[in-house]
Amino acid sequence: MSWETVIGLEIHAQLSTKSKIFSGSATAYGSSPNSQANLVDLAYPGVLPVLNGEAVRMAVKFGLAVDATIAPRSVFARKNYFYPDLPKGYQISQYELPVVAGGHMDIVLDDGSKKRIGITRAHLEEDAGKSLHEGLPRQSGIDLNRAGTPLIEIVSEPDMRSAKEAVAYLKKVHTLVRYLEICDGNMQEGSFRCDANVSVRKVGAEKFGTRAEIKNINSFRFVEKAINYEVARQIDLLEGGGKVVQETRLYDPDKGETRSMRSKEEANDYRYFPDPDLLPVEIDAAYIANVKSTLPELPDQKAARFVSSLGLSEYDAGVLTSSKELAAYYEQVAKLLAGGKDASKEQAKLAANWVAGSLAAALNEHNLEITESRIDANRFAGLLVRIADGTISGKMAKDAFEKMWAENLDADGAIKALGGGQVSDPAAIEKVIDEVMAKNPGQLADYRSGKDKLFGFFVGQVMKASGGKANPALLNDLLKKKLAG
Amino acid sequence: MHNLTLSELAKKLRAKEFSVTELTKSLLARIEASQPKLNAFITVTSESALAQAAASDRAFAAGSAGPLTGLPLAHKDIFCTTGVRTSCGSKMLDNFVSPYDATVVEKLNAAGMVTLGKTNMDEFAMGSSNETSYYGPVKNPWDTQLVPGGSSGGSAAAVAARIAPVATATDTGGSIRQPASLCGVTGIKPTYGRVSRYGMIAFASSLDQGGVISQSAEDAAMVLGAMSGFDPRDSTSVDAPVPNYVETLNAPLSGLKIGLIQEFFEKGLDASVEKLIRDALKVYEKLGAKLVEVKLPALPLSVPTYYVVAPAECSSNLARFDGVRYGYRAKDPKDLMDLYKRSRGEGFGAEVKRRIMTGTYVLSAGYYDAYYLKAQRVRQLINQDFKRAFGEVDVLIGPTAPDVAFGIGAKASDPIQMYLNDIYTIGANLAGVPAMSIPCGFVRNLPVGLQIAGPHFAEAKLLNVAHAYQKETDWHRQIPAAFKAEKLS
Repeated sequence: MSWETVIGLEIHAQLSTKSKIFSGSATAYGSSPNSQANLVDLAYPGVLPVLNGEAVRMAVKFGLAVDATIAPRSVFARKNYFYPDLPKGYQISQYELPVVAGGHMDIVLDDGSKKRIGITRAHLEEDAGKSLHEGLPRQSGIDLNRAGTPLIEIVSEPDMRSAKEAVAYLKKVHTLVRYLEICDGNMQEGSFRCDANVSVRKVGAEKFGTRAEIKNINSFRFVEKAINYEVARQIDLLEGGGKVVQETRLYDPDKGETRSMRSKEEANDYRYFPDPDLLPVEIDAAYIANVKSTLPELPDQKAARFVSSLGLSEYDAGVLTSSKELAAYYEQVAKLLAGGKDASKEQAKLAANWVAGSLAAALNEHNLEITESRIDANRFAGLLVRIADGTISGKMAKDAFEKMWAENLDADGAIKALGGGQVSDPAAIEKVIDEVMAKNPGQLADYRSGKDKLFGFFVGQVMKASGGKANPALLNDLLKKKLAG
Repeated sequence: MHNLTLSELAKKLRAKEFSVTELTKSLLARIEASQPKLNAFITVTSESALAQAAASDRAFAAGSAGPLTGLPLAHKDIFCTTGVRTSCGSKMLDNFVSPYDATVVEKLNAAGMVTLGKTNMDEFAMGSSNETSYYGPVKNPWDTQLVPGGSSGGSAAAVAARIAPVATATDTGGSIRQPASLCGVTGIKPTYGRVSRYGMIAFASSLDQGGVISQSAEDAAMVLGAMSGFDPRDSTSVDAPVPNYVETLNAPLSGLKIGLIQEFFEKGLDASVEKLIRDALKVYEKLGAKLVEVKLPALPLSVPTYYVVAPAECSSNLARFDGVRYGYRAKDPKDLMDLYKRSRGEGFGAEVKRRIMTGTYVLSAGYYDAYYLKAQRVRQLINQDFKRAFGEVDVLIGPTAPDVAFGIGAKASDPIQMYLNDIYTIGANLAGVPAMSIPCGFVRNLPVGLQIAGPHFAEAKLLNVAHAYQKETDWHRQIPAAFKAEKLS
């Protein structure tokens, strides 16, 4: 029996406003508990929420970036439930009339093809506080610093068919919100997190299977693991003659499994109704035009430009635009390589290979962001300049790159430390060739009697004898002539 | 000096006939003496009142006194007052000392008024008789066996007994006008959005509105002007200039079109109350007004509509009282659920619980459309009724309450009978229009109120219409026998 996986994601992105969505408190992360909670956040008797216009602006930015409709009138609603980290006893959210509806986002599949993921809606809401249990025996502490931090909840259509697709979509949204500078994307601090709705159905079936909602997934890796675990669990259950029940499940990263949190029957009746303390949010065409004019070049636009005007492959363009900072770094390197002018396709390609290749690998290995790179764009371009002008070969450049990374050197410093640049003097190379031919009379005779394959042997010997510095192209030419006698 | 209106007190203070301190001391003594009989106050702030009085006296001496400087008032205990218990009439907030001032309190403090204390009220403003207060019922100064009305019963009784010349109050379904009617004083509920709700403990956010209970329309005009205006802390407050209500009090009424809501005169109205209303209308005719009969067909639905919308909002608004951060907390909770259940179960009274449960029910999945949404649609119809009526007439005049004050305990066991007491007042809240009640005579020695309603932001017109009547009559100058003497025993 073969099964198809169906996944929809609900992404919560904290908006990077300075103050909270309904109060003037600061939103900075990591302050001492309750130091950023004023009377409104604490839900004192008589206090009222006042909407932070900046949060609306950021949500509209997102909506425009995913080609969605911006509601001319959206309404805040109260989601009622009791929990100690929810001081009012209700969360202010948007329910029937969200600010953003009907957008989409394209992801690239393994085979290079594109797939469109629908975005049902994105609505504004406030975050809850946090309950603290550590170091408090038989007690719970409440930290309301996070209470009232603005969020947009981005709800996708159930359009993803594998954990990989889900991760690709999640990464794409992550990239976008950072491009738009509406969310810092920090998953460890919880600024960007997601819940996954997962179900399976028989291949060819029209109806969706019963879904489980997985909560508490706070890294890309966990999203993939949690979904794969859940899919396997549901298939096992169904193949064993059981039924999937609609429920909320919690992902436990330590055990790598999901476990039931509450069933549909235990689910809260949130008793949503329009919040009478807040006016509807009205957005006109002029406002939308104004926000539109502030949109940066979006990742997909940038990638398309890299392909069409710089001649990069779709893959390289995708990697290089995966963050705004990486793309900026790349563009700066390419420009420096071109001496401050627009890079030629060759220069763009060389820069792309190196930024998306060795540099990306090194960053990845050390778990660093591009902004934390040990080699800045200037020094990195210096290395590429030396490749382009023939001072060093590609192989030498790899060694030089490692030296630059490890010892904080510029390109010329690293080349010098490695014993100088590439030898491009024909006389010097010919001298080495002569020595090698003299040392290997047997192979020389064999070559001359028709064993062409030995050419490679001679290349290796000459390169070795030159300490790896012989200019490979020149070596080839000269060697061919000499061997031919 | 206790029998003087606010405007008269202002003149005498300016003429230095007595000091603010003398006035304040005299009123504090009256409050203390009346407390066992009326129970109008929950908290008396003697010390800070005398300090404010001394500051006012210095302002008079320095010539820097404003029009309201030194005038004493009482705040309904629903308004947050810094450093003073703000109980909202509930055990839940018996231990709550507010760390901040409501905007209304802030404004009236800034105007130089002297706060005598906090007045008793129905718990969380839910009631029409002041019997739901945790601090015991307020008694009607005209007959202490009777209720003063509610929920602003403490404010109305205090002004009627002349133990406070004026008081703030709030009105969600009639809570200013109905007690004003039952106590024989003047009360105005302004347009929704005219007065900031910041710091006014919420009952039903879309209906709640702060206002004034006073001895006269002129006094109401003085105080309302000072407490009104846009507040950036309340998104529902309206950013429109506040007119000087005192300046237009004496505008002539000739040509005024008064609408009589037919539905209000059809049934349920006490015949002798109706006679007094008709008498008052004759006064207006004499002043040059014209009477026009109008129909507001959706208005009779206002009580059931209100009792869906208000409890729905209250069930959510009162969720914050959970025993976690402030207010009443049950002793030795076993776990979180026990903390919630017992803190709320022990902290709230029966009427509050009834409304929270009603509200929770009407918002529940499967009932929302049938109750809450339908009620919102009826509310729209009522709104349209008022709009249509105000296209034809300038003001609507009719009774405030169907009858005079009733006995303490008489309706306590029948919530529906109690709710029907607000039948004439709720419509203005649902439509958000301003309305006021002024005394227009006595039935069985008990005061009767005349209600005047107008279109949005017509407060100046209402006060003008009320003042014109009060210049022709002296019902508003009547003082209950037991409180006539300066010194109360």
